[in-house]
Amino acid sequence: MGLVVSAIAFLFAVAIAGAVAKRLPQASTVVYGGTAAACALIALWAALRLAGGGPDAALVLPVGLPWIQAHLRADALSAVFLIVVNLGGITASLFGWGYERAHHESHSTSQGGSQGHSQDGPVLPLYPLFLAGMNMVLIAADAFTFLLSWEFMSLASWLLVLSTHRDPETPKAARLYIIMASFGTACLLLAFGVLATAHGDYSFAAIRAHAPAAGAAALVVALILLGAGSKAGLVPLHVWLPLAHPAAPSHVSALMSGVMTKVAVYAMIRVLFDLLGEPEWWWGGVTMGFGALTAVMGVLYALMQDDVKRLLAYSTVENIGAIVIALGLALVFKAAHTPVIAALALAAALLHVVNHSLFKSLLFFAAGAMLTATGSRDLNRLGGLIHRMPTTAVLALIGAAAISALPPLNGFVGEWLLFQAILNAPALSEWSLKIEIAVVGAALALATALAAACFVRLYGIAFLGRPRSRAAAEALEVGRAMRLGMAVPAVLCVVLGVLPTPLIRLFEPALRLLVEAGPFDGRAYQPWFWLAPTSAIGNSYNGLIMLVVIALLSVVLVLGIHRKASDRVRWSIPWGCGFDGPDPAAVTQYTASSFGQPIRRAFGSTVFRARDHVDMPAPGDTRPARLSVTWTDPAWVVVVEPLARAVGWLAEKANRLQFMTIRRYLTLMFLALVVLLVMVAVTQR
Amino acid sequence: MTPLLATLYQILQMLLVLALAPLLTGWVRLVKARLVGRRGPSMLQPYRDLLRLLRKEVVLARNASWLFRSVPYMMFTAIWLAAGLVPVFTTQLALAPTADLIALIALLGSARFFLALAGMDTGTSFGGIGSSREMMIAALAEPAMLMIVFSVAILVRSTSLAEIADFMMAGAVGLRISLALALIALVMVAIAENARIPIDNPATHLELTMVHEAMVLEYSGRHLALVEAASMLKLLLYMALIACVFAPWGMATAGSGVAAALGGVVVFVAKLAVGGTLLALFETSIAKMRVFRVGEFLGGALLLSLLGAIFLYVSRGV
Amino acid sequence: MSDLGYDAAHMLGAVVLLMSFALLYQRRLFSLLNVFTMQALALTATAAWQAYSHGEPHLYITALLTLVLKAILIPVALHRIIVKMKIHRTIEPALGIGLTMVAGVSLVTLSILLVLPVTADATALTRENLALSLSVVLLGLLMMISRRNAVSQVVGFMSIENGLILAAVGAAGMPLVVEMSVAFSVMVAFIIFGIFLFHIRERFDTLDMQKIESFRGESD
Repeated sequence: MGLVVSAIAFLFAVAIAGAVAKRLPQASTVVYGGTAAACALIALWAALRLAGGGPDAALVLPVGLPWIQAHLRADALSAVFLIVVNLGGITASLFGWGYERAHHESHSTSQGGSQGHSQDGPVLPLYPLFLAGMNMVLIAADAFTFLLSWEFMSLASWLLVLSTHRDPETPKAARLYIIMASFGTACLLLAFGVLATAHGDYSFAAIRAHAPAAGAAALVVALILLGAGSKAGLVPLHVWLPLAHPAAPSHVSALMSGVMTKVAVYAMIRVLFDLLGEPEWWWGGVTMGFGALTAVMGVLYALMQDDVKRLLAYSTVENIGAIVIALGLALVFKAAHTPVIAALALAAALLHVVNHSLFKSLLFFAAGAMLTATGSRDLNRLGGLIHRMPTTAVLALIGAAAISALPPLNGFVGEWLLFQAILNAPALSEWSLKIEIAVVGAALALATALAAACFVRLYGIAFLGRPRSRAAAEALEVGRAMRLGMAVPAVLCVVLGVLPTPLIRLFEPALRLLVEAGPFDGRAYQPWFWLAPTSAIGNSYNGLIMLVVIALLSVVLVLGIHRKASDRVRWSIPWGCGFDGPDPAAVTQYTASSFGQPIRRAFGSTVFRARDHVDMPAPGDTRPARLSVTWTDPAWVVVVEPLARAVGWLAEKANRLQFMTIRRYLTLMFLALVVLLVMVAVTQR
Repeated sequence: MTPLLATLYQILQMLLVLALAPLLTGWVRLVKARLVGRRGPSMLQPYRDLLRLLRKEVVLARNASWLFRSVPYMMFTAIWLAAGLVPVFTTQLALAPTADLIALIALLGSARFFLALAGMDTGTSFGGIGSSREMMIAALAEPAMLMIVFSVAILVRSTSLAEIADFMMAGAVGLRISLALALIALVMVAIAENARIPIDNPATHLELTMVHEAMVLEYSGRHLALVEAASMLKLLLYMALIACVFAPWGMATAGSGVAAALGGVVVFVAKLAVGGTLLALFETSIAKMRVFRVGEFLGGALLLSLLGAIFLYVSRGV
Repeated sequence: MSDLGYDAAHMLGAVVLLMSFALLYQRRLFSLLNVFTMQALALTATAAWQAYSHGEPHLYITALLTLVLKAILIPVALHRIIVKMKIHRTIEPALGIGLTMVAGVSLVTLSILLVLPVTADATALTRENLALSLSVVLLGLLMMISRRNAVSQVVGFMSIENGLILAAVGAAGMPLVVEMSVAFSVMVAFIIFGIFLFHIRERFDTLDMQKIESFRGESD
């Protein structure tokens, strides 16, 4: 434990070094290298801790409020998330190092010609602080430390978003982010307040020992879903996320999307499974419902985006939805006293947490690489990058396939486990839950299929086809550090897809802690390369054999075809629908919006009121015909705008408070004091 | 059942599906031709077409990438493997435990994912039309498939196809609303996934109406042969899947000998003949629908499969 | 009751429900009538099967009535009306087909959730039949509110009647009188709607309810 704390302290030291030496050329090497080293240390510690077992590491630091102190504790659940956070930290540091250098060079040569993020000093000191904040949330063991770290993490990421302040979109994104973050923290604050009221002790151990009454517990569930949910991006609290995540530099976007949302998931798990004690059946039902809504809406939003990074941010919303569905299922089965199935669902959630952090980091890095190479993140200005950036293209393809849940990659394993848990719905007794799970299953399947469409669109438009701008036509492959930063998560995506069982076994201590069962309980011993969790429904999956068989069949096929078939190849110009010129097809090729059209028509016309407007000039008029797409965001119309109006109204009313006499101010304070005293008097009895 | 025999059966099945797929397509074409009063080509014509394509040179668009050239192999392998996983003449297959019904659906999803990417690789507008429509169809067809799995797996208590077939053959399920709805939805999905009328017309090359053919328009030579063979395999796969879940009778099971397996092959060929005839009958009696009604059609399939899953709980038993 | 009897009754009820969904899916008046005919046939088969398996001969009369009235007379008559009055043959949905179907599935779920807890101690067949017939009734109502064309509203109304008969057939020992009255009321409703249609057609030259409303100054 001392190791983790010193590593976090080291991160602070790195931050200070970065702040002091930010003008020096070696500063970024020191910061990113130091951060990576600290992260590697923590991740290694957590992995050993999980594999080796042993008691929880705990520490009480004499800091903070004098009578409370700071309780730190790393149990198995913390360890799982420590691995996720710090793995993300290592790859992001690696990529970020290359990224900052590339942008530093392009900035010094072309003086801000690109719309990329020019190297601003603030990123260097803030970056380690952000990681330190996330690590502190995970090891906090009392409400004060937790909230303090949470706020620290939020502020660090907020400042990182602001670091690209030259982008005209950034101030709006940052303002919305800080409002939503404060709202989230306020909800968490209230939640912990309710949890600790019974006895006034804010340490997690004390909260755990005194389970709150039913009404209070319900309130806490609602507050956690609001507070952590707004950080994770649950619809309809997601509005800030697709604005803020893309605004930061790409490696920070990767951390925010791939890792910080997971810290919010950690908060949900910690409170719902650990601190609140025995769950009631409807908690899971509500959680699951929000998850399903989030998954489907998130991916539909993603399908309408033209901005690569915003698309990825919306896809994060979708994946968080899937994770929250898994959490809801686990709660439901825990409440129904079928702990093994709860463990299965929770394992699916944790696996998807790891998976998503890997492939979402990878894809954000790829977006960063595209941004570095072309200076643009608008899909309609990219295209044909597979020729100019071959390595990035291969790695991004792995990421796109993994996030689309294609076997034998890791995204599929998570989805498979989740479906196995869903199939156990008949074990429940509430009719409404059984039917809800069927509907949630359909929503999850729909979201997964739409995600595949979404990533075919992203990859097909950005990497395939022909360049849609000069910058894309002249793009150059990114440097070695950036490629390595992408290669690490890509390799892990394949490895975890083929061999998921060892990782799930690694989760077992955390699962036993939370639901008191493991996903393989009661099954006969299976070799480590088989995946067949305990379930009422027979199942088994083996990614390794699948991969081997696919490889074998491919070899047979390629050999067979090439022995029999003609080997001749002729290169030619494809038909460009009658358009002339050196590259006729480039004029007529599909754009991002045209690719989205069928799905937009099938789903968007009701949900988003998406409309295509065709402006067709009269015959004889030489003006080009124009097609424009409009859509409205239901979350803005239904949630944000009324909220903004309410806040405006309140502010209007509160404005009057500024123009009162001293006597009136004193009256107000006096009244407040009296009310508080009355409350104390009432609660004392 | 020895592992050796299971492996042998597995290899036999892989070869059997490969050999029978063009024959099935030839059969469907022949029956369709007869139904509209033509003599039609021989049933062996698809084999000849494939051989002819293999011998032709490949014409590639100038900016086609390695992805375009490797996708035919990838998608063929994925569909071939998937077809090898559906028990057709025996439930004793060596690969049966490696991938269940969910993995099978995902495997088909991979094939589609890569083919849709290949459609976008040359940067022509036809490829884009085809890919985007194909993904729209898939976005509804895949969840419908998974909800069908939901109903079937909960009734049978397994997602493994071999176990499903064994259970259905035992006949303990009886008539179930859920199964009936699942069957209807599965047939609707199969029609859409195989680009048959009324969703798509495998014989058309009219740009505004085609889906699958638009996506593979730039393929030629051995690549086209692979793509065509893969679609034939896919048709066979869906028929085998429907037969395996809803009419598995005649298959060899654990403990039955080699003779039963050979009998299973004969029964399977008969099932394919019946399925092909039904498909041809259906296709000649219906008109193609507009592309944007496909969403409603498949949305209907998804809702029916969901309804089936919901009715599981109304019935007795579960 | 044997398993087969139970399963078959169950399945026929499901066909009636499925036809209700098919009614919602149709865009053409003639195919709407065809689907309605099929629903009536499925209902006939349900009634006949119940009569056979329960040994209640009076249900045969119900079956016969359904067959003659709903599967033959009414569709033929409506068909003739449509041809004679040259009514526009496509249905204008007030709500998109997809949304209507989603609403339909939600209604079925609702009726299952309503029926299941209430009838926990009833036999499985009664329970399912209740769920099915309640669903058919709700879908008929949905059909009436989501279609603009007057003919499809008539069909929706009659499919509500089908749902009621399905419930009556399923509940063992229900007296014949009720069914006669139900069938009769359909007849009456049909006549009323028929006259109603003729009048509208003569007056306004259209059967589109929205246009009719605009004559009353109600719409927009």
